[in-house]
Amino acid sequence: MSYVLKSVQLYGEGEPVDVRLSDGVIAEIGPGLSGGEEVDGSGCLLLPGLVDLHTHLREPGREDAETVETGTLAAALGGFTAVHAMANTNPVADTAGVVEQVKRLGQEAGHCDVVPVGAVTVGLEGKDMAELGTMADSAARVRVFSDDGKCVSDASLMRRALEYVKAFDGVIAQHAQEPRLTDGAQMNEGVNSSMLGLTGWPAVAEEAIIARDCLLAGHVGGRLHVCHVSTAGSVELIRWAKGKGWDVTAEVTPHHLLLTDDCAHGYDPTYKVNPPLRTQADVDALRDGLSDGTIDCVATDHAPHALEDKETEWGAALPGMTGLETALSVVAATMVEPGLLTWRQVAERMSEAPARIGRLEDHGRPLAVGEPANVVLVDPAARWTVDPAQSASRSRNTPFAGRELPGRVRATFLRGTPTVLDGKPA
Amino acid sequence: MKRHLLSAADLSLDDATLVLDTAAELASLTDRAVKKLPTLRGRTVVNLFFEDSTRTKTSFELAAKRLSADVINFAAKGSSVSKGETLKDTALTLEAMGSDAVVIRHSWSGAPVNLARIVRGSVVNAGDGTHEHPTQALLDAYTMRQRLGRVEGLKVTIVGDILHSRVARSNVLLLRTLGADVTLVAPPTLLPTGVDSWPAEISYDLDAVLPKSDVVMMLRVQRERMGAAYFPSAREYSRRYGLDADRAAVLQDHTIVMHPGPMVRGMEIASEVADGLRSTIVDQVANGVSVRMAVLYLLLGGSEPAIGSAE
Repeated sequence: MSYVLKSVQLYGEGEPVDVRLSDGVIAEIGPGLSGGEEVDGSGCLLLPGLVDLHTHLREPGREDAETVETGTLAAALGGFTAVHAMANTNPVADTAGVVEQVKRLGQEAGHCDVVPVGAVTVGLEGKDMAELGTMADSAARVRVFSDDGKCVSDASLMRRALEYVKAFDGVIAQHAQEPRLTDGAQMNEGVNSSMLGLTGWPAVAEEAIIARDCLLAGHVGGRLHVCHVSTAGSVELIRWAKGKGWDVTAEVTPHHLLLTDDCAHGYDPTYKVNPPLRTQADVDALRDGLSDGTIDCVATDHAPHALEDKETEWGAALPGMTGLETALSVVAATMVEPGLLTWRQVAERMSEAPARIGRLEDHGRPLAVGEPANVVLVDPAARWTVDPAQSASRSRNTPFAGRELPGRVRATFLRGTPTVLDGKPA
Repeated sequence: MKRHLLSAADLSLDDATLVLDTAAELASLTDRAVKKLPTLRGRTVVNLFFEDSTRTKTSFELAAKRLSADVINFAAKGSSVSKGETLKDTALTLEAMGSDAVVIRHSWSGAPVNLARIVRGSVVNAGDGTHEHPTQALLDAYTMRQRLGRVEGLKVTIVGDILHSRVARSNVLLLRTLGADVTLVAPPTLLPTGVDSWPAEISYDLDAVLPKSDVVMMLRVQRERMGAAYFPSAREYSRRYGLDADRAAVLQDHTIVMHPGPMVRGMEIASEVADGLRSTIVDQVANGVSVRMAVLYLLLGGSEPAIGSAE
């Protein structure tokens, strides 16, 4: 089956052209192509399929909150052709067996490529290093390792992990949270936490770990990726580390680009997330950091939770928000509309950079003849209102409910096969 | 008045004044032989206590009973999660039983706000985590007015564990509304980050602040805070921030000493001060009942005069 995307703007630049997808690759680009299934792309732009470095698919263990099937369908609807599945499942993805199972579930679902992330330590316990090399050599070909949800707080262990993964070009994706500074933490430490009486999660608890890890990465020549950067100080530290020439990359979530800790007023646990929502000054610094490339990419930290884990007191609720279906639109609202990123740069930050960090060969590729047909067709002018009930995710904990956002995914293709057409599952 | 009392910030100056005036009116009841009014007859008030608090629960119970409301004490001890029943389920159960007002005490900040989104009746925050305790602030303001004749313009010093104190938060908000000048005194470790934005002065030096104070409110300091290194020892805390007889001696003649209880005698307050003439600690307990009667009365309708003919 071949598809011809009619009259699309590549990267949102230049004159509209037609693009033929055939045999899993971009077969032809030019004017007046015909034949095969035609998809009207007028007014739309074409981007390489989005890549998420940070997705919680919850399977195995919490299939009531999300499964690989529902999570990857949500990903496809959001324009993703590859997602990295975080390791904090039950059982933890700390062995070749679990990562291979997750990868296979992704293949069976078929909505997007599922790239398993391996745990850094056995059981995410921060004590003993997991068999990183075995996971790297497995069929899952793991390159990204993370104890996400928990911080690899032991400095010696972090150093060894950064060193060890050099042997197979791996990267340690750190959830930067000094545990002793965040005991019982519920929200950003600041004016709002002081009034709301919720235990503070201070910016320094993130920044202290980032500073340490950058120094360690520099010292051992390892590859560090900083997950969900949330503070202005973190952006400065990463800018500094990059200036040193160290191999440090970073991601920011859509929610940290848009929301602040003012959302905690009203104690609605929908807005409880880890790291927490910060201040407007942090939001501004994160946007600037993403704009100037200090922050390499956007990652969703899509964290679905069952209703009973959210419909409760703030302190008892689990932290996390869904994000796969809204990520591109939030980036359009926070970065493209204010002129901080072009669509060409969105392709960089949401596809090419994360694919490069995750060492994915078939994703984040140029829109050129012969390249894998992993692409997403976006209508930048369309506006839509987020309705949790319409979500493909099994969970409903989006912080953007009721918000009108710009940019809609019209179609997503995975190796030339549509996973989404007309904005609906294909 | 709003439908709920979740935060002292819910009260405008007019609202707060109305509560205090109503409480004063209701307090006259205490001198009568029959201390009961028919005002809330047929109404149901639920005391929903997720955290132990004999004095607050008793105070609310007495307040509701003196207004002839039916009172249900619903002790849901322990966290809702460990119990397996959610706050939502508990709320819906109470709702099905037809409660008109829920008085809630909870160890999580914000739980009364969550509850107010579920139930149709009024919700009264009787203390939530380290957030607020608005009826305590009301009874404190009532006590100041009773002893000093006014609240506006008073210099009120609040001393102790501000970081973890719901009493401090509610008092700062209410006292600002009522026009008092608040100074918070604590070791820096027991002041929250962000306290600079509060409508209050901050000091680390109790001795410098005491002579200027009209009201000194001592807060309880839990000994377990020592384990988390907020301060080195009870003795050092007491030496630097405790109100002992020597410190009390520098107070102005009219200055009153308050404490929301329960006290740790010898820690934040010496016995001779707690039991001295300046102390309003027992008055605060008595005033608590009047203020809570006023709150329940005003939230549950209260269009008729608070005191009709006593039965």
